[in-house]
Amino acid sequence: MNAISIAVALAYLLAAAGFVVALHLMNSPATARLGSRLSWLGMIVAVVAALVSVIRDATITTTGWIVFIAGAAAGGTVGLIMARRVKMTDVLQVVSIFNAVGGGAAALVAAGDFVGLAGGAGRPTWVMIATVLDVIIGPVTFSGSLVAAGKLQGWVSSRPVVFPGARPVTAALAVIGVGASCYLLAGHDSIPVLILVTCSALGFGVTMAMPIGGADIPVVVALLNAFTGIAVAMAGFVIGNGALIIGGALVGASGGILTVLMARAMNRSVLGVVMGGFGTGDSGPAAGPAGGPGVSIRRISAEDAAIQLAYASKVIIVPGYGLAAAQAQHEAAELTAVLQEHAMVFFAIHPVAGRMPGHMNVLLAEANVPYEDLKEMDAANPEFPTADVVLVVGANDVTNPAARRPGNPVSGMPILNVDQARSVIVIKRSMGHGYAGIDNELYTDPKTGMFFADAKTGLAWPRSSRRSRPWCPADTGAQDPFSCGGRSRAGRSPATRPPRRAAADGRAHEGRARRPPGAAPTTPGRSL
Amino acid sequence: MTTSLMSDIYMFVLAILVGYEVITKVPSTLHTPLMSASNAIHGIVIIGAIITASQARTTAGYVLAFVAAFFAAMNVAGGYSLTDRMLQMFRKRPGRAGRDGGSGQPEELS
Repeated sequence: MNAISIAVALAYLLAAAGFVVALHLMNSPATARLGSRLSWLGMIVAVVAALVSVIRDATITTTGWIVFIAGAAAGGTVGLIMARRVKMTDVLQVVSIFNAVGGGAAALVAAGDFVGLAGGAGRPTWVMIATVLDVIIGPVTFSGSLVAAGKLQGWVSSRPVVFPGARPVTAALAVIGVGASCYLLAGHDSIPVLILVTCSALGFGVTMAMPIGGADIPVVVALLNAFTGIAVAMAGFVIGNGALIIGGALVGASGGILTVLMARAMNRSVLGVVMGGFGTGDSGPAAGPAGGPGVSIRRISAEDAAIQLAYASKVIIVPGYGLAAAQAQHEAAELTAVLQEHAMVFFAIHPVAGRMPGHMNVLLAEANVPYEDLKEMDAANPEFPTADVVLVVGANDVTNPAARRPGNPVSGMPILNVDQARSVIVIKRSMGHGYAGIDNELYTDPKTGMFFADAKTGLAWPRSSRRSRPWCPADTGAQDPFSCGGRSRAGRSPATRPPRRAAADGRAHEGRARRPPGAAPTTPGRSL
Repeated sequence: MTTSLMSDIYMFVLAILVGYEVITKVPSTLHTPLMSASNAIHGIVIIGAIITASQARTTAGYVLAFVAAFFAAMNVAGGYSLTDRMLQMFRKRPGRAGRDGGSGQPEELS
């Protein structure tokens, strides 16, 4: 081992350690960005080390350089453009596409190794095993992730697609793939057979992903992410590179855990998701606000809701996928800022609010909601009994108290205890069902008021109702729509007010405008 | 040969266990960025693409190397850029965080 080999090996070790520390730093929003940068640094160190070792060995041809540099430049540009342009609501599609190409690359690396050495002096069985696993897992991930991305984007129907004879075709592809793999493992160096394995794996990925319903797709994306990790680790075995093995194994483990956590939060088993079935598609367009006959609900108007919120001292907002679908996160952030003038307000985030765990946090972060205002389910649940008003925006099954009873589709699913609050306002387009397809008992609770609107219009009411402010005397020049003169909520401790206002002011002056002009109620010292 | 295989397997198994330990501590708040971050990490396969390119001698080999480089670079560049874009949006309440820079101006303005 000469000096360069040692340096290269140490660089790989450094990169691997960087990845581990980076993932560790992801356990707090305060350090996560540092972690991401550390991981990036590790990646650069590893790439430089690989380039140095290739230059030192002088095995690469000029054509090889041109091919690599052209491919990397083109791919890198495409990736950067996609990452920069994507809207935060569509982030999962892009992650899925990046995952697809990662799996594809791992399969190609193994195939390249096979093609390069084919016909040469055989190779150890374990390299062959890793190669075969790679050309199976990689293509499955590639085609499966692309179908998943297509379903999320709406290019492929998000309903479970089951074409006649789908199961026999899937089974046939599996048999062909396994048979051809065994032929390769028996020591036959045949490139056509390798291509056959790859093609049947590609087909298998498609037939596996097609029958999965839109609601379950995020779980599948996480699962395929784990697969890519394993494929990359296998590529590491093939070319004998520790950085690939460690990086791939880390991703395999993390993807596996994410898959299980997501499936658990959605009350699904991983096997059930992969086998398709219960996963329904996205619920269709709203069928109008009428509930079925016999359902007694209490409808409230925007003014009722505004008055209720104006007199509350503790408000919890429960956002759901409907909020993301209506692109209403900025309205939610505005409303929060307004309410924080006089009340304690935070968001209670169910693990599967949005497209996947943590997606809602990203969307609200984009709307400049500080992460301290977002509470996870376990932290939020003890707070509900003392909440004056809970505002449920576009969330359904995750608030259904029926989950505490056995014998229905949501039984056992972890829920937010919204029904324990003093009063509840639900902003919803209609009485339509969630993914579980059952009635939500929360909506018929006497303390629940239903405000039928889409999330964006529903949350924009503070601005519109500020003009009328039925509860305010006409002459108060109040900036705050909910507090006017002496009629603001009684019983508030004045001592707790100044820090809250200061915080709100700081926010209002931040570089990016927090509210559109004309909607800024936080002029210091004037609203009371 | 066997020693290198054994040490590779050691690495693989231990890395899975380390990954498990580290990831279970990540709050669900950060699961979306985490998925993107781990997605970026498997872009390490770009090293594999470099080695594929270095071994390529035939047209088929060059084609494979080109596509592998394209895919892997897209994975790395896109993955890190997207993760960073998401994470930069997670911010503390400015009232508390404002002390470390940038807080002078708002005071002047008000």
